[in-house]
Amino acid sequence: MQNSELSSSCFHCGLPVPDDARFEVVINEKTRPMCCPGCEAVAKAIVDSGNSRFYDMREDKQATAIPLIPEFLQQTAVYDHPDIQKSFVNHNGEVSEASLILEGISCAACIWLNEQHIAQLPGVLSVNINYSNHRATVRWDNDSIKLSEILQAIAAIGYQAHPYSPERQQEVFEAERRTQLKRLGIAGLFGMQVMMIAIALYAGDFSGMELEYESFLNKVSWLLATPIVFYSAVPLFRSAWRDLSQFSVGMDVPVALGITIAYSASIYAIIKGEGYVYFDSVAMFVFLLLGSRYFELIARKKGVEAAEKLMQMQPATATRIVDSEHQVIPVVELNQNDTIMVKAGETLPADGYIVEGGSSVDESLLTGEFDPVTKVVGDKVIAGSVNVESPLIVCVSNVGTETIMAGILRLLDNAQNDKPPITLLADRAARYFVFGVLIIAAAVAMYWSNAAPDFWLPITLSVLVVSCPCALSLATPAAISAASTHLLQIGLLVTRGRAIEALAAADLFAFDKTGTLTKGKPVVDRVENLSSENETQLLQLAAALERYSEHPIAKAIQQNVSMGKIDLTEVVNIPGQGVHAVWQGNQVAIGSRKFIKDLFALDVDDQGANGTEVLLADKSRLLARFTLRDVVRSGAQALLNDLTDKQVDIALLTGDNAASAQKIADELKISKLFTEMSPEDKLKQLQAFQQQGRRVVMVGDGINDAPVLAGADVSIAMGNASELLHLGSDMVLLNENLQSLNRGVKISTKTLKIIRQNITWAIGYNLVALPLAVSGNLSPWMAALGMSLSSLLVVANALRLSPQKTHKLG
Amino acid sequence: MEIIYLLIPLSILILIGIVWVLMWAVRSGQFDDMEGPAYRVLQDDDGIIKTNKPEDKPGHTETKDS
Repeated sequence: MQNSELSSSCFHCGLPVPDDARFEVVINEKTRPMCCPGCEAVAKAIVDSGNSRFYDMREDKQATAIPLIPEFLQQTAVYDHPDIQKSFVNHNGEVSEASLILEGISCAACIWLNEQHIAQLPGVLSVNINYSNHRATVRWDNDSIKLSEILQAIAAIGYQAHPYSPERQQEVFEAERRTQLKRLGIAGLFGMQVMMIAIALYAGDFSGMELEYESFLNKVSWLLATPIVFYSAVPLFRSAWRDLSQFSVGMDVPVALGITIAYSASIYAIIKGEGYVYFDSVAMFVFLLLGSRYFELIARKKGVEAAEKLMQMQPATATRIVDSEHQVIPVVELNQNDTIMVKAGETLPADGYIVEGGSSVDESLLTGEFDPVTKVVGDKVIAGSVNVESPLIVCVSNVGTETIMAGILRLLDNAQNDKPPITLLADRAARYFVFGVLIIAAAVAMYWSNAAPDFWLPITLSVLVVSCPCALSLATPAAISAASTHLLQIGLLVTRGRAIEALAAADLFAFDKTGTLTKGKPVVDRVENLSSENETQLLQLAAALERYSEHPIAKAIQQNVSMGKIDLTEVVNIPGQGVHAVWQGNQVAIGSRKFIKDLFALDVDDQGANGTEVLLADKSRLLARFTLRDVVRSGAQALLNDLTDKQVDIALLTGDNAASAQKIADELKISKLFTEMSPEDKLKQLQAFQQQGRRVVMVGDGINDAPVLAGADVSIAMGNASELLHLGSDMVLLNENLQSLNRGVKISTKTLKIIRQNITWAIGYNLVALPLAVSGNLSPWMAALGMSLSSLLVVANALRLSPQKTHKLG
Repeated sequence: MEIIYLLIPLSILILIGIVWVLMWAVRSGQFDDMEGPAYRVLQDDDGIIKTNKPEDKPGHTETKDS
């Protein structure tokens, strides 16, 4: 009765419950349907350990558990091995402590659940999970429980734990972040005290204060400001010194100068016994500057962290086959040319090619494309993809840092450091700007020391500090960084950062046809029975013949044909042309028109306009004609529509014949059509466009169109992950999905807009703030505040380009 | 107003204490997770959490199969 009123979806994971399923779990006194033993097991585990509150708290449906099959248990057993534990477990007598990354977390309730569940395991002393990076720190008693048991417990509630051994870079970053935080904290704490005393001094200045107290307070300010200058401000001084020693000026020079002047002048005032002290300004400068730098560091690193997580999700173990024996070994011990077995559901531990078995793999980690890709013997597979269907035996070609994924991350890193022309311009502008500021500051100092000698110091300080060009130098890198990460998440790999800008500014998109706008996989459009034979039998005959051909057309013909009992002998496959064989005593053949004509001297009128033709014939007559067409990719129309809306022109450059190309052009409403072009012709056409002043984006099949791609302003290659590292193009469409390209163009446009916004703000702010400071209207603390807020604003604006949190990369 | 000759050094001593606490906090990772505590407050566990004594556990976990 309860099943009819409740919608038939699993209470745990949300998937539909099959009609004959009878899985239920009582949760919080209500019976809830489950879709499979996996969800039932997980739900039961959660309820039995007293954590059913989880279902009240969660925001999302959950993954099911991995069944605890013997192989999985064996794999987790590897984690107990002392050599493996060396890299991520700390031992302290009987107490061990390890860091694990948890996979499958989708909301805060998941973290709560994991903490509760792990903490209740006997032998676990403490567990703490970080909500931002999903890292768990577990302490346990070696004698009571093993690490593998902890991992199994996590799997039992549907999550996966990986050992966390941070890359050296990550460790360095963490240490750096902590030091920065300490400096910031000191600057803040001592700064507050200095400000307090400064208020007293301001009040004394206003209504009179006895000299001895004023002197005392001044000296106390000096004492409190000293740690700020000599500890917290050290990075500022270092960077300024680095610039000056190379005879150039950088962002930190004015600020370092300001701090030095303020501090020294104040000491001088104390010694002389008269004049004001400016330690409050010093404190504000340092605190605000360090504060904004700290947040920038965190923000920038968030983008890199997403990519880091990709690397961490690698399996730690692999099953190596040596002399028919399966060994479970740590991944670090894998070598090239090892043979490994990857079961269904497992993640590929290394790059390689399939030697036995056929399956489909989920390459979404890399391409963002969730549809599994079919792989057969000889196909390349990449580390990080998940084997979906059936076991594969793979020969390893690359491991560790040589894998394609490691290469992608390196490319991503390079792209983010690549400075597009606009950034280089901004950098140079910033340098001249700083130089100008120093000169203005000197002039201001001289002027005001005559006009209002009491105020020359604070005014000069304000001038030095308010006009920080940090916004200029930060504007573009922050935006490119966020945009690159976002683009990778939707499957568009950017190898040159400048391409993002160029993509947004382009006004002509040139496409290749086959394999770019079309899927490159022909489909049978029409079958004509030219004889009096049974059509079904003809289809089966055709399919049987085509089994022996590797051509894509052969695959198309075999589709949707159920295999009949066709016995063929003396089969000969002529690659690229056709197949002939003997059937029931007759010679039969299937192939291109030229092939059949040459073989049997049979022909039929040309209807090439409808697509590629394949003829089936026997020695005496034609039996059937298959007409195939290439299918346009699903995202193509939408992409072209959106481009046209943007006033971007579209051109189709193809080597195909005029008739079939025209069909596609008509279907997609492309007016500029160039057919029967060789690669050289295409390149010439591109250059002709460029001479007209157009900025051209070329989208093509990376391998064949390489020279053409190189000639475009932006080259985008349709790549599949295995070959992408050989493609020299600016961007690679990893999942070959034109919808991703469409989104990519939109993101690039937004990036350009945001970069322009940032630079406009940076310039505008300086134009307003400088005059204010020069004319004496800004006190130093206001100047410092303005400068910091300006930088933060720019970074925050750039972060609008970041990817949204998703379960894969978030 | 001579009292400030006492009060200010006293406050400096307190400040040094606070600074020491700050250094300890950063070193021991108190600032590493800025989002977690927000959720923990809402989770309202009434202090059940972790004990390792068998008699305190409401059910039994079935992970100790091997």
